[in-house]
Amino acid sequence: MLKTYLTEDAVQFKADAQNWEEAIRLAADPLLKNQTIEASYIEMMIENVKNLGPYIVLLPKFAMPHARPENGVNRLGLSLLILEKGVEFASGKGANVFLVLAAPDAAAHLNILSELSTLLSSQEKVDALALAKNYQELVTILEEEEK
Amino acid sequence: MKILVVCGNGLGSSFMMSLNVQKAMKELNIEGTCSHTDLASSKSEQADYYIGSPEIMDQLNDGKRKVISLVNMFSLDEIKKALTTHILEG
Repeated sequence: MLKTYLTEDAVQFKADAQNWEEAIRLAADPLLKNQTIEASYIEMMIENVKNLGPYIVLLPKFAMPHARPENGVNRLGLSLLILEKGVEFASGKGANVFLVLAAPDAAAHLNILSELSTLLSSQEKVDALALAKNYQELVTILEEEEK
Repeated sequence: MKILVVCGNGLGSSFMMSLNVQKAMKELNIEGTCSHTDLASSKSEQADYYIGSPEIMDQLNDGKRKVISLVNMFSLDEIKKALTTHILEG
């Protein structure tokens, strides 16, 4: 399921980003390009972090930027950015894996989140994700999960 | 027992956290329901306990609500410890 949405053009590997804002913008770029989201969605994801704190860092190394369906989501989509060097948020929390979630309503994405939840239950898997260097390595990690 | 899991938007993190809280409740034999919502709605929804990330709980904690902060929502151990301390021994 995750793999279905994380197609090669939705996944990016970069050395670093200037800060968390840039990381979110970079991570969301494939979804903007293929019109899954509008530019307003990216701004809302950033606003959310500014207003509510970096709660999108779901666990060490892993952030899931998202906003609400009405903030500019055209259809269900995911994109992923893996940075070699992590970025810090205001509270000192850090992340180098950014999974952008675009949900068109409150239900369509729940299967994806269930699968993601299983994946994130394993710190080993999260560490492996954070170290993935290319698309093939990512797919291998996701496929192990499906077995 | 009603546990409400809260996050910023009520559709991503809180849903995943509620899956794990439900698992922990089952393992600890805590009877009750666990639902999830966003920060704004949670302020007008009654629950015995509110669970969420520290950032969100700081905003919800008015001294009257019973709040439980979780640093790693995917650590079943952390959730079980938190539920044990706050609910079973609380």
